[in-house]
Amino acid sequence: MSGREDILARVHRNRPAGDYALPLIPHFDIPGTEQGRLETFSRALEAMGGRFRRSSEMSSPLAWIRENIPNARIICSAVPEVPSDREWSAVRKPQDLADVDVAVVRAVLGVAESGSVLFTEAELKVNTLAYLAQHLVVLLDEGAIVPGLQDAYTHPVFRSARYAVFHTGPSATADIEGVLIHGAQGVRSLTVIADG
Amino acid sequence: MSLDPTITQPAPVLHPEVIGDRFEGAKDAEGRPLVHAEGTSKPIRARTPHEPQPRGARDRGNRPVDQIEAAERFIAATEHEKAHDERLWDMRLRRDKAAHALPEWEDMRALASQIKEHALANLDTYLGQFEAAAKANGVVVHWAADAAEHNRIVHQLLKDRGAKSLIKSKSMLTDECGFRAYMAGVGIEVIETDLGERIQQLDHEEPAHVIGPAIHKTREDVAEVFARTLGSDPTDTDIPHLASVQREATRPLILKADAGMTGCNFAVAETGTVVVCTNEGNADLSANTPPLHIASIGIEKIIPRFEHLAVFLRLLARNAIGTPMTQYTSHFRAPRAGAELHYVIVDNGRSERLGLKEFWTSLKCIRCGACMNTCPVYRRSGGLSYGATYSGPIGIILDPTLNRRKYSSLPFSSTLNGSCTNVCPVKINIHEQIFAWRKVMSEEHRLPFVKSEMMKVLGYVLARPALYRAALGAADEALRLLPHFVLANSLNTWTNKGRDMPEAPTQTFHGWWREHRGQTRKSP
Amino acid sequence: MRVGLFIPCYMDAFEPEVGVATLELLERLGCTVEYPVDQTCCGQPMTNTGCHQDAAAAEALFVKNFSGYEFIVAPSGSCVHQVRVNMTAIEQTPEVRAVRERTFELTEFIHDILKVSEFPWARFPHKIGLHYNCNSLRGINLASPSEIKAVPFSKPRALLEKVAGVEFVEPARWDECCGFGGTFSVFEPAVSVKMGQDKKFMHIARILNGAPA
Repeated sequence: MSGREDILARVHRNRPAGDYALPLIPHFDIPGTEQGRLETFSRALEAMGGRFRRSSEMSSPLAWIRENIPNARIICSAVPEVPSDREWSAVRKPQDLADVDVAVVRAVLGVAESGSVLFTEAELKVNTLAYLAQHLVVLLDEGAIVPGLQDAYTHPVFRSARYAVFHTGPSATADIEGVLIHGAQGVRSLTVIADG
Repeated sequence: MSLDPTITQPAPVLHPEVIGDRFEGAKDAEGRPLVHAEGTSKPIRARTPHEPQPRGARDRGNRPVDQIEAAERFIAATEHEKAHDERLWDMRLRRDKAAHALPEWEDMRALASQIKEHALANLDTYLGQFEAAAKANGVVVHWAADAAEHNRIVHQLLKDRGAKSLIKSKSMLTDECGFRAYMAGVGIEVIETDLGERIQQLDHEEPAHVIGPAIHKTREDVAEVFARTLGSDPTDTDIPHLASVQREATRPLILKADAGMTGCNFAVAETGTVVVCTNEGNADLSANTPPLHIASIGIEKIIPRFEHLAVFLRLLARNAIGTPMTQYTSHFRAPRAGAELHYVIVDNGRSERLGLKEFWTSLKCIRCGACMNTCPVYRRSGGLSYGATYSGPIGIILDPTLNRRKYSSLPFSSTLNGSCTNVCPVKINIHEQIFAWRKVMSEEHRLPFVKSEMMKVLGYVLARPALYRAALGAADEALRLLPHFVLANSLNTWTNKGRDMPEAPTQTFHGWWREHRGQTRKSP
Repeated sequence: MRVGLFIPCYMDAFEPEVGVATLELLERLGCTVEYPVDQTCCGQPMTNTGCHQDAAAAEALFVKNFSGYEFIVAPSGSCVHQVRVNMTAIEQTPEVRAVRERTFELTEFIHDILKVSEFPWARFPHKIGLHYNCNSLRGINLASPSEIKAVPFSKPRALLEKVAGVEFVEPARWDECCGFGGTFSVFEPAVSVKMGQDKKFMHIARILNGAPA
């Protein structure tokens, strides 16, 4: 383990002299989240290429999927509200989800500031679900939208989950000439259906 | 922000000839252009379709990089230079808009700076805390003193598991370690999954920018690379098509990869969590698909707690690409059930840099790239002109710590205008460090001979008033009497690069004072 | 008010009329101006190249020439920045510190020290684009730079607004560097020239397009 000891010893020896105190972090308010955060959340999500719907607008999430992603053959659902074409018992390894057209998951919470939704391995069941699928549909309890990122990071999942991820819209890149495309490597579309 | 409160209209652009007619990127449901990820707010494209891509600094081994020569070639590729300049300035403006929308913006920069300085001043403590937490979570932690050791450790991990292919997301640290070249040498296939990084890998170029590795390439350049390496149609330059070529070509490689590797944007000490930010989701694919995930972590990435992470994340994407977040922000704390998670913690000169009184704060860098976007020299030279993993202003102050001799010239590729310092989210005094590096290079006798001799002569003359007056007088005469062609030759860089000699006035201010005020008052 | 006038080396040689105008303006504003005739240079060409030892003698000469003045004024933000911030190649005696602290750029001297608010004799009925030297802007805070979130201010503009007939037109990228950078223009000419041409284009484009609506 000598590499470790040498590195730590060098770091210790070279540390800058002086008082570098850790600052207190104030809580910054997010405008538009004083009452009702849905409006702020949905606008932020749409600015990042995501779609926003309310469950009250549709007979069911499945009906919405059938109407709006008509070519979807394989739906893999991690939520009881939507039936799954893919049997979870048949999913042995991450690659087994490669042929999924639409994945349906429920978010732990949403962040109004950025339009982000949060998942862990519990919501995804198998982590690659949210990346190998062509499209992602997210159920989000309206009451689970927090104002900003500072609030989100107080949630206990960050200390207990093995894997936690914020999705803010679909997979995107503008690496070629700054021209924005969706579906770079991950999902081509992300739709949040707010319920609760 | 304008000084003129009446200005609300956008100003004319510098290069109207590269502004396209129609917006080509993704739009929202109402048909309005979207500008997230690394997107621009207006269509910018090179008009001359087949202008060859200007290549980066010439390989001179360990001799000082000739950034100037590479910059000249970049400027000579007029379409590439104009599009590059406009696009990066657009990113700078988008950064201003997103950043200044937060009333607390400058407070947050100060907080971020203080958090990083505290973490660096207590780095060994936090590294120990990070490692202990990670190990308790079932992560295997390795320590690499330098680039070679990093590469060896990763190679060993792959060899022990019979791994032949590795998918990875973008990591400047792995570029710094020369990781791809090493792996190619030991027969392990490395597949970059970030679109820009993959383009550069296929084209055998380093990344040109920390956020957009292929930011200097036109769509024609990319189509040419893909035609050569992936067998696609070289004449189809439609960008969604090109992106889809890479998506379809890379996906099977992701599915059958033996191992995955990511970098690390932030390492949270309290929980042993590695945080990775991408727009494509390729870090999540690289980490979650194969049974082994390796994260390469520079020691300076440590921050104490999640409450501090919130500050950095609120700054990062706004400063880099003008949006509140990147599309994906991933937190890895423990291996997936049935899989492995390894951290490789890398020093590679950072602990030494920590001990440099004038330069240690460069370790605060969170790799947002805003300094590159705002740098007027970078925008006109291209990142590859610096001949190093890190380019632009941050590159100038980091690279000399990686190779003093090779990068001794870089601190002079700057006008010291200070814009970089003002956009840095962690308040690194970049331009002051550039200035300080010049002093180091001079004291270590790394300046070109002509330059250091000129400075000696100037210093001598400017310390002697009578001699200075005589020299001025002679120069004035010369300027007035010598014909233009004598002055405008290749030894006189002033004129042969598109400038005229200034008109020599008939009298200096000094001469005017003597004549009109008639005083010869010496200093009291 | 007794002021020591420092004229930058390049201004002495190429733009003496700016020096003359500076002198006449300060006198009109009630200052007694002296020009130490043995002045040469602030040392910046050497320090900007990293050659601080070569700058030491010029820096010492500057201090010798200007010691004892209540104010030292120079019509150059970059020279003033060099004196106030980077004149460190010589021992920092109380005399040196005093000279450094009392050196001001012309605009900041008129705005902050003399606190002039009117120029009743002045008239300049033209459209002008202001160019901010980077040392003036980011080095000695003559105006608020575009990168920083702050209440906008500009000392030169505040003064020039008082001149009858002046109409400001702000170019695109109003505070982007022009590329001169002192010795940069000599040693890195291609980029320097491109930046200068771009800066010129921005000003011309804005002036020709007229003031913003």
